[in-house]
Amino acid sequence: MIAIVDINAFYCSAETLFKPWMRDRPIVVASSNDGAVVSRNDQAKALGIKAAQPVFELREMTERNGLIVFSSNYELYQSLSNRFMAVLSELAPFSFGYSIDEAFCLLDGVRDPEAWARHAQSEIMRRIGLPVGIGIGPTATLSKLASWAAKKFKVRTGCVLDLSEPARQEKLLRYAKASDVWGIGPRLSERLSSELGIQTAWQLASTDPKALRRQYNVNVERTVRELLGIRCVVLDGDAVRRQTIICSRSFGSRITSLPLLKEAVAGFVTNAAQKLRSQGSFANCIQVFARTSPFASGVPYAASRIISLPFPTHDTRDLLQAALAGLVDLYRDGPEYAKAGIVLSQFEQRQGMTSDLFAPPPRKNSDALMAVVDAINAKQGRGTVRLGRDTSVGKWNMRRDHLSPAYTTSWHGLPKVRC
Amino acid sequence: MPIQLIGPLSPSTTPIRLPVCGQASCGFPSPAADYSVPDLSLDDLVGITATSSIFLMRAWGDSMRGCGIYDADVLVVDKGKTARPGDIIVAVIGAEFVVKRLVLDAHGQPQLLAENPDYSPIKFGDAETFEVWAVCVWVLHNLRGI
Repeated sequence: MIAIVDINAFYCSAETLFKPWMRDRPIVVASSNDGAVVSRNDQAKALGIKAAQPVFELREMTERNGLIVFSSNYELYQSLSNRFMAVLSELAPFSFGYSIDEAFCLLDGVRDPEAWARHAQSEIMRRIGLPVGIGIGPTATLSKLASWAAKKFKVRTGCVLDLSEPARQEKLLRYAKASDVWGIGPRLSERLSSELGIQTAWQLASTDPKALRRQYNVNVERTVRELLGIRCVVLDGDAVRRQTIICSRSFGSRITSLPLLKEAVAGFVTNAAQKLRSQGSFANCIQVFARTSPFASGVPYAASRIISLPFPTHDTRDLLQAALAGLVDLYRDGPEYAKAGIVLSQFEQRQGMTSDLFAPPPRKNSDALMAVVDAINAKQGRGTVRLGRDTSVGKWNMRRDHLSPAYTTSWHGLPKVRC
Repeated sequence: MPIQLIGPLSPSTTPIRLPVCGQASCGFPSPAADYSVPDLSLDDLVGITATSSIFLMRAWGDSMRGCGIYDADVLVVDKGKTARPGDIIVAVIGAEFVVKRLVLDAHGQPQLLAENPDYSPIKFGDAETFEVWAVCVWVLHNLRGI
C-alpha cells in the first residue's frame, strides 16, 4: 500500500504551534509580500475566505471576526518540514517528500496500514505538534483520493482513511467528482464533462483508458489505471513534478577557501535554477549547506542556512545572491569542506502568482534573459553562458508586516516562555 | 522455505558518528589511535536529533530562580514527554507560555508552583484545564551575562 501523509493547513499549523492560544481563531498566512492567502485554517474557511484571496480584502474580518493574518515565515516552515520528513523516514519503510508538507510512504511489509497511519499521526503530533491527514491506497492516485476524503469527513475519519478494500474504493469513486481526482485539473474536468459526459470519479474509472489516451494524453490514461488499482506513477520523485530541487556534490579534493566554495555553490545554483525553469516553477526558499567529510581528520563541521527569497523567483541571479549570502554566513575558516549543496523548495507556478498585487516587480526582462541563457546552454552545452558573481545588485526587502519570529532557526527568535 | 514477514525495516535517520582517526603520522604511530572515539556533543547530551521532539525556548522572569532558571536562559524542552508530578513544565496559560513546577494537591488537582517565594501558585478549578506544551529537560545559563 501507498500512504500520502500531509500536514493540515501547514503554514497555519506551524504558526499556531508556537502560539497555541490562537488555535481556535481564524488564521490565514499570506504569500510573499503579503499579497494573497496561501494557507487557511478551518475557522478561516468557515468565514468564507477563499484560497488565493487578496489579503487587503480581509481587513474588515481582522477587526470584526478576530481574523489573524501572518506573513509567510519560510524559514520556520522549512525547518519544521525537515523535521516532519525526518520523522516519517524513521516511521515508514520508505518515504519521500513530495512537497513541503506532503510525503508519500511505501508501506511494503506493513501488516495493518491503518494502524500504522494512526500511529504515525499521533507520533508526529507528539513529537513536533503538527496535525496530519493520511490517505492509504494501492496506488498514489487512490491514496491521494483517500487523503482528500479523510479531510472532507474529518469527524468520522479522524483524518485517516484506508482505501485498501475494493468495496471502499468503489464507494468513494462513486461519491467523488472527477475533478477531485489527483491530476484532473479544472480545464480537463471541464472537457471530460462536456465531451464525454464524465462527472464522477467512478465514470472516469469506467472509461476505456486507451480511448482517453487517444483523445487527451497519456497522463489521463495513467490516472484511470491508477484509479483501477494499477500502479503507474513511479514514486521516485521524478515522475511527478518535483517540489524540491537538490543540487549537491562531494568534492574531488577538499575545499578550504571561501572563494572556491562560492564557485561550487554558484555552479549548483545555476544547474538547479535551470531545472526549476524547465518545469515552470518559481521558488520561495533556498537552503545552502556545506560540511566536512565524516571520515576525515581535522575539525568536523556541518552547517546549513535557510533563506527566504524576497519574491517567488526562477532568476538565477536572485537565487545566487541568496545562496551566497547564506554560504558567507555559515562559512568558517579551518574546516576542510568535502561536500556542499543547495535545495530549492516551496514552489509556485506562474498561475498561482498573478493574484499577488503587492509583489515588487521582478527584475526587468528576467524571463527573456533566462530563456536566452537556457537556449544557448541547451545548444552549446551546459555552462556556455554563466553569470558573473554579482552581489552588488538588488537588496532584500520583502514586505512581511505580520512576520512571526524564526522560532527554530534563530537564537533571537526562540519562543519566549515566562518564568 | 516459509518466510514470515515480521515488520518493516527502516534505516535510522540519526547520523552515525564515526571516530576521527587523526592525522597519518610518518613517524611512530599513535599508541592511542585504536582508542579514538568521537568528541562529545551537546546535542547528544540533551537529546537533539533530526527526529527528536526537542525544542529550544528563551526564559524571561525570575519566578523559577529556585531551580536554577534565570532570565534569558535557554531552555531545552521535550514536547514528546508526558508530564509527571514534580516535572518542570511549559504550560499554555492565557496567551503565553509559562514555566512552572507541576504538582498535585491533596485532592489530586494539578497546581503550578513557582520556585521563588515572591510568586504564589497557580491553582485550577474543577472544570478548568490547561495545556502542557512540553517538559523542560535542560537549562543553559550563560555565566558571563552576555
